[in-house]
Amino acid sequence: MSKIVALNGSNCGAPIPVRIGRPLALPVYLARIPAGFPSPAEDFEDAPLDLNERYIKRPAATYFIRVTGHSMVGAGIHDGDLLIVDRSVKPVPGCIVVAAVNGELTVKRLMQKQGEYYLKAENPVYPAIRFGEGTELRIWGVVQHVIHSVNKA
Amino acid sequence: MFALADCNNFYASCEKAFNPALEGVPVVVLSNNDGCCIARSAEAKALGIQMGTPWHLFEKELKKKGVVAFSSNYALYGNMASRVTSVYREHVPHVEVYSIDESFLGLDGMPEEGLRDMCRAIRAQVMSYTGIPIGVGIGPTKTLAKVANHYAKKNAHTGGVYGLTNDLETEMVLGKLDLADIWGIAPRTKTKLLSLGIKTPLDLRRADPPFIRNNFTVVQERICRELKGESCLPLELVQPARKNMCTSRSFGRFVTDYDEMVQAVSTYASRAAEKLRKAGLVANHLTVFLETNKFNKDEPQYYPAQVVTLSCASADTRRLVKAAHRALRVIWRDGYRYKKAGILLGDLHPPQAAQLNLFMPKDSIRSDKLMQAMDRLNHKHGRSKVILAANGMQVGWKLKAELLSPGYTTHWDGLPKANA
Repeated sequence: MSKIVALNGSNCGAPIPVRIGRPLALPVYLARIPAGFPSPAEDFEDAPLDLNERYIKRPAATYFIRVTGHSMVGAGIHDGDLLIVDRSVKPVPGCIVVAAVNGELTVKRLMQKQGEYYLKAENPVYPAIRFGEGTELRIWGVVQHVIHSVNKA
Repeated sequence: MFALADCNNFYASCEKAFNPALEGVPVVVLSNNDGCCIARSAEAKALGIQMGTPWHLFEKELKKKGVVAFSSNYALYGNMASRVTSVYREHVPHVEVYSIDESFLGLDGMPEEGLRDMCRAIRAQVMSYTGIPIGVGIGPTKTLAKVANHYAKKNAHTGGVYGLTNDLETEMVLGKLDLADIWGIAPRTKTKLLSLGIKTPLDLRRADPPFIRNNFTVVQERICRELKGESCLPLELVQPARKNMCTSRSFGRFVTDYDEMVQAVSTYASRAAEKLRKAGLVANHLTVFLETNKFNKDEPQYYPAQVVTLSCASADTRRLVKAAHRALRVIWRDGYRYKKAGILLGDLHPPQAAQLNLFMPKDSIRSDKLMQAMDRLNHKHGRSKVILAANGMQVGWKLKAELLSPGYTTHWDGLPKANA
């Protein structure tokens, strides 16, 4: 049985001819295979679980934003949490968005009442933000996920 | 067919993307050492701020007008550029990244009627994903795509997308432009063209290519043909192998002390080695060069350079830093106020193609592993967390970048904040 060697030559065996100047990535067996039994898991191995792949659908449009403040605790978003925000998602009423208000980014729930859009906090202490004549609601992006660390070091 | 997509006021637009307070505000981005304006937002251009305006001379006056300045945040711009390019790649299989904010898109094989709509969709998607406005020009050659892009920029009615796909339109646009507006026509070329009776790009398009070839070079002949719609410049999809690599910076203040210069040169050599490893190459020659302040004619001037040939091609930081020290010892002279230093790595090639030397082993496997570990740590924890002692811990000569915005997309500590 021939083994595949890594380019750094750490295993011995029949080398694979390499064209000069072209990097060639080769799989390396992580466990030494004794002449005998290969791992029964070999044929069923899946790639390891990747948070990026699951939670970030459009990397080019996805940004991390840090939360400061307590107005969204009712939605499970706390001070210091990390938001995964997608700028390409179309905002719909009911979803949590990052919006630009008075020159700052703010995270609130987007609401619509009688054709008017407004921003609602998820904390009874905080008022809603409404937009009158001449002011514009600008959505920066739509929050997809929030990362909250529990056992703070 | 080609499209040329480029970002409007790219660096300034990147700064605005994460800071809604900058909406409608004149923004400028400064060159290395917070020197000159290298990018201006539309509002800053409207105030008459020219490219290259030295910041320190006009700071007070411009701040009174509400101008906000930033140091160049290349980490941010590089990251945003990759996002923009990845949107292009979603629509078009062949993309040539021409510069940090400009790409040529290969549109061959796509039905012509759908091209403008596709480019409008690309423009809208880039805006949605990144907040960066772009302009797109379409044409049968790269040169004409650039002309179309320029027209789209100057004419708001185009909505940022314009195509030169028929002769009538092409000739009308070319007739109104200046020769200097054409990609590849330098001032000297323009002067000579004028002397030959070729006054506008339309005249150049109508000129006879062999005539142009006789009076200039094949480069200008290609431009003439490209203006006619004959494509002579294909998409460069594979970057030609780098022949050399330069890492140099001006100093925040003058350096007069040898030990400080050793630190600076070690730091630049380390950075050059990192770039070399990232490109998967090794170098055979290393040059150190120094510069006094060329703008200060009263001061004694000295611009030395020294090449060191490495005994064996390497990308090991320690070897390159050692070579840099050797070169510096040769050229260093006391009594000068140095403003800039740099490292130039030459004769680059992939490690497998390296010539072996009887006396000096090539970078050992152990040294490769050490370099890999160093790169991994620096990547994870931030540039220059793991450095050689030679680079210096407290450095007063480092590049001035007092107006740097946070690493919005590149540092965990620099993320934009949203108020809850």
